[in-house]
Amino acid sequence: MRHTRILTAALLGAALAVSGCASSTTTTSATSSGASAAAKTYKIAMLPRATNIQYFVSASDGAKKAAAELGDTYSVVGPTEITAAAQLPFIQTLTTQQVNGILLAANDPNALLPALAKASASNIKTVTFDSDTATAGRAIFINQATSAGIGAAEIQQMAAAMNNKGKFAVIASSETSPNETAWIAGMKDELKKPEYSGMQLVKIAYGADDAASFSTAQGLMQAYPDLAGIIGTNSFAISATARAVEATSNAGKVMVTGLGTPNDLRKYVKDNTIKSFVLWSPGDLGYLATYAMHALLDGKITGASGDKFSAGTLGERTIGDNGEVILNPPTVFTATNIDQFNF
Amino acid sequence: MKLSSFRHLLRWEVMLIGLVIVLAIAANAVTPLFLTAPNISDALSNLSEKALMLLPLVPLIIAREIDLSVASIAGLASVSLGAMFEAKVPLAVAIVVVVVIGALCGLLNGVLVSVLGLPSLVVTLGTLGLYRGLCYVVLSGKSVAGFPAWFTNFGFGYIPGTLIPQPLVIVVVAAVIFGVWLHLTTGGREVYAIGNGSGAARFSGLPVRSLLVRLYVVSGTFSAIAGVIYSARFASARADSALGFELDVIAAALLGGVSMAGGVGSIFGGLLGLTVLGVVRNAMSLANISSEVQSVVVGALLILAVLLTTLLSDSSRLKRAPSRAVRKEVAADA
Amino acid sequence: MTDALKTARPGVRVRSGNPVVTILRRREASLVLALALITVGVSSVAPRFLSLDNFGQILAAVVVVTVVGVGQALVVISGNVDLSVGSVVGLTAFVAATTAHANQSLPLLIVFLMAMAIGAACGAINGLLVTVGRIPAIVVTLGTLYVFRGVDYIIAGGGQVNAAELPSSFLDFPSQKLLGIPLTIVLTVVLVAVFAAGARWLRVGRYLYATGNSSEAAHLAGLPQRRTVFGAFVLCGALAGVAGVLYATRFGAVTSSAGLGLEFQVVAAVVVGGVSILGGSGSIIGSVLGAILFGVITNALNVMNAPSNWIQAISGAAILLAIILDLAMSRARERRERFDRERAKLS
Repeated sequence: MRHTRILTAALLGAALAVSGCASSTTTTSATSSGASAAAKTYKIAMLPRATNIQYFVSASDGAKKAAAELGDTYSVVGPTEITAAAQLPFIQTLTTQQVNGILLAANDPNALLPALAKASASNIKTVTFDSDTATAGRAIFINQATSAGIGAAEIQQMAAAMNNKGKFAVIASSETSPNETAWIAGMKDELKKPEYSGMQLVKIAYGADDAASFSTAQGLMQAYPDLAGIIGTNSFAISATARAVEATSNAGKVMVTGLGTPNDLRKYVKDNTIKSFVLWSPGDLGYLATYAMHALLDGKITGASGDKFSAGTLGERTIGDNGEVILNPPTVFTATNIDQFNF
Repeated sequence: MKLSSFRHLLRWEVMLIGLVIVLAIAANAVTPLFLTAPNISDALSNLSEKALMLLPLVPLIIAREIDLSVASIAGLASVSLGAMFEAKVPLAVAIVVVVVIGALCGLLNGVLVSVLGLPSLVVTLGTLGLYRGLCYVVLSGKSVAGFPAWFTNFGFGYIPGTLIPQPLVIVVVAAVIFGVWLHLTTGGREVYAIGNGSGAARFSGLPVRSLLVRLYVVSGTFSAIAGVIYSARFASARADSALGFELDVIAAALLGGVSMAGGVGSIFGGLLGLTVLGVVRNAMSLANISSEVQSVVVGALLILAVLLTTLLSDSSRLKRAPSRAVRKEVAADA
Repeated sequence: MTDALKTARPGVRVRSGNPVVTILRRREASLVLALALITVGVSSVAPRFLSLDNFGQILAAVVVVTVVGVGQALVVISGNVDLSVGSVVGLTAFVAATTAHANQSLPLLIVFLMAMAIGAACGAINGLLVTVGRIPAIVVTLGTLYVFRGVDYIIAGGGQVNAAELPSSFLDFPSQKLLGIPLTIVLTVVLVAVFAAGARWLRVGRYLYATGNSSEAAHLAGLPQRRTVFGAFVLCGALAGVAGVLYATRFGAVTSSAGLGLEFQVVAAVVVGGVSILGGSGSIIGSVLGAILFGVITNALNVMNAPSNWIQAISGAAILLAIILDLAMSRARERRERFDRERAKLS
């Protein structure tokens, strides 16, 4: 038994030694191919929060379309768990594979910084979208709208549904979700305005997935019998809440709004359980991120405030403060326009 | 360890080593990036926390117990570290406090299992929920960051002049200590004796209860250290730190030949099992195989490995651990 | 240690002169007592808790865990465990929803049967590996937990099935009632009754307990152990399939992460319900009560407006309290039995 252990140790040691030689050749060949990229074909990879979420599948489709238009090679990799620990190995792998650019939707603003720093040291650029990291970790952040704007839009829809008075609650996916936390801050700011003085935010509750959000919504309706509205601030929270409201026969009494996709919510909008909701196109988000990445890799922009780049069908875009690019003001979906959309 | 279990283990470890080699060659054929120092270094550093949680789990499983709460204790350690750091406690002090917290968590497990005699699967299932829930109580929405550079450099840095990740040093030292203790000291032999028939061990005067309690305290301590390393590697502390790690750790132990029936297993085997898991995941990621397919492969690998060894070994191995009926009677008389 | 958690097996009467006391000493009684205590306690703080509507919601909420719990109880009684149930529920939920989406006029009964078949197939894989492969159940089902979930992810892609895509027969199922009671609850009650009766009175039920209690003795007695254990796994899978459809109809939208983590909830419910993890004892009714207890705790925390980040911690603590209480009661019972025996000797 002792022999087998020594043997294994020797093998591992040999592997590390051998690969010492191998790695240097790999990196030089990688950098030389990078340097000779006056040829503008870049390898761009997307790393979403998780690969099995419809929203990110749409974002990836948009990115793939943009990459095709630009002549870049595109791939999407990622975990099935929405944690930073699950994303880390993929950043490491992408660094080893020496892609040129990473489109990242981060599960935590800080946890991936060391790995991203290593990627950046090998000349890999990072553009974040949907959920940002700290500014040190990326050159550009494609924000769907300003966090304040998204929060404000949700409050506006809730107010419209509730006639500006009554108690309401918010359901988010988790307390550690960076984008939702920012949107909730935006909501609270908007609530300070005088026109919402009749509305009261009684609770911020959480549901990690569809089923949990459903239970949370039911719990809220039980805890606050006079609840007039619920904002579901991610795509499964709003649909689970709408369903829970209908299942407990509270449709019309407890108004539902928030962020969601048209396909998911079409039924509830037609039932009038949801009067209106808000979103942007995740496909456009991925598309814009890819164009920004390409311009970055071309050296046309650096992510500084005022930089401009062209983004295909989305026109010319300007980078704002902190490397942030805003996609659009959020779209409001109602019964009148919902059938025009298919995602 | 009895001679027949020795032979079984040898067979298992040999199979695992062979598996690692085969996998490494196959991986390298598919993608030459695999056998590069930076890649292996990355893959090994990602296993640091799980390796630390695995080390005390091996003797526990050999003694026919289990600890499902390891990842939750690691998470609790991480958030406690973050909370104290935010409250301006010097980080070095916070680290010590956090390790003590881990030991206390382990003590609760140990007391419930050993002194009260409750089944460890259920107890640690409960503490898994309790400790993870406490994570959310301590650090509700936040992710604490901004740790000092010496801490994060340790987590993500290498030993100067090499590509060996620094956390790995702690793992190796701990592994050596555990390996020596389990296989070469009387304390370690007690663990195997317990796993082979608790009643008999009790008759021969071994302090079973105290040993189990100590094992659980050690498990809690090492899980807490794993939590600290997690915070260093990720430069942040969150309520979902190390979430779900226990599944991989247990799978690694089982893959490594540590049998649920008790009395069989080794530290080396457990670490080999973890290595196999790490290699498989890393290689598949490099080959751009999706996470979804990776799940299937890992599960199938676990089953195949155990199936293969069961088929290859002689049937006498299965009769080695006394049947539950005998164990129950013996325990009842004790 | 192993005997410390021995609970009353069906058919073994805990003897006492007083029939009320006999009933009270049964394991399940302590669960009902716990439920009653919680109900009284919570209602005094939040009277909304004590309403028919609320109880209806609690029962509707625990339907999935209860149905899976029945199957899990069968497996655990036989001395094994099935960690793959969450993945099976997710898989069958997704396949059921996709099928209903593709064939809008398909009767719900067919969807149920299809889900049961898929679940049973998964259970059969588990069963074969445990009985023929002689691999410990915890290893097998840990592996199949990964495999079935992976298959679910692959089939689903990033996709999901939305409420808009499902037929109304599907979505309206949870609100359909029989004599004022929702059909989902009726279905659950029927399943529980059938399996509880079967486990207690059918011969194969006896085999199940005997196998879990002492496989050596059962083997010597010539019981068809392997078939019994295999059957338990198949039934567990089939019931998980039924639960998958119930999940899909309840939530109206199914993603590939449906049922993630469910196995822990189910094992907790079953164990708190008095089914010993070592096998050979406990009852189906007990597992149901365990599931209801957890449902009541979650609901109570919501109604009392407990901060949401306390819920998981409290659930974990509840498991610990339940088994400690159980231990205390069984030790007390043992002491009394010994006392009765001694007294019987003297008289």
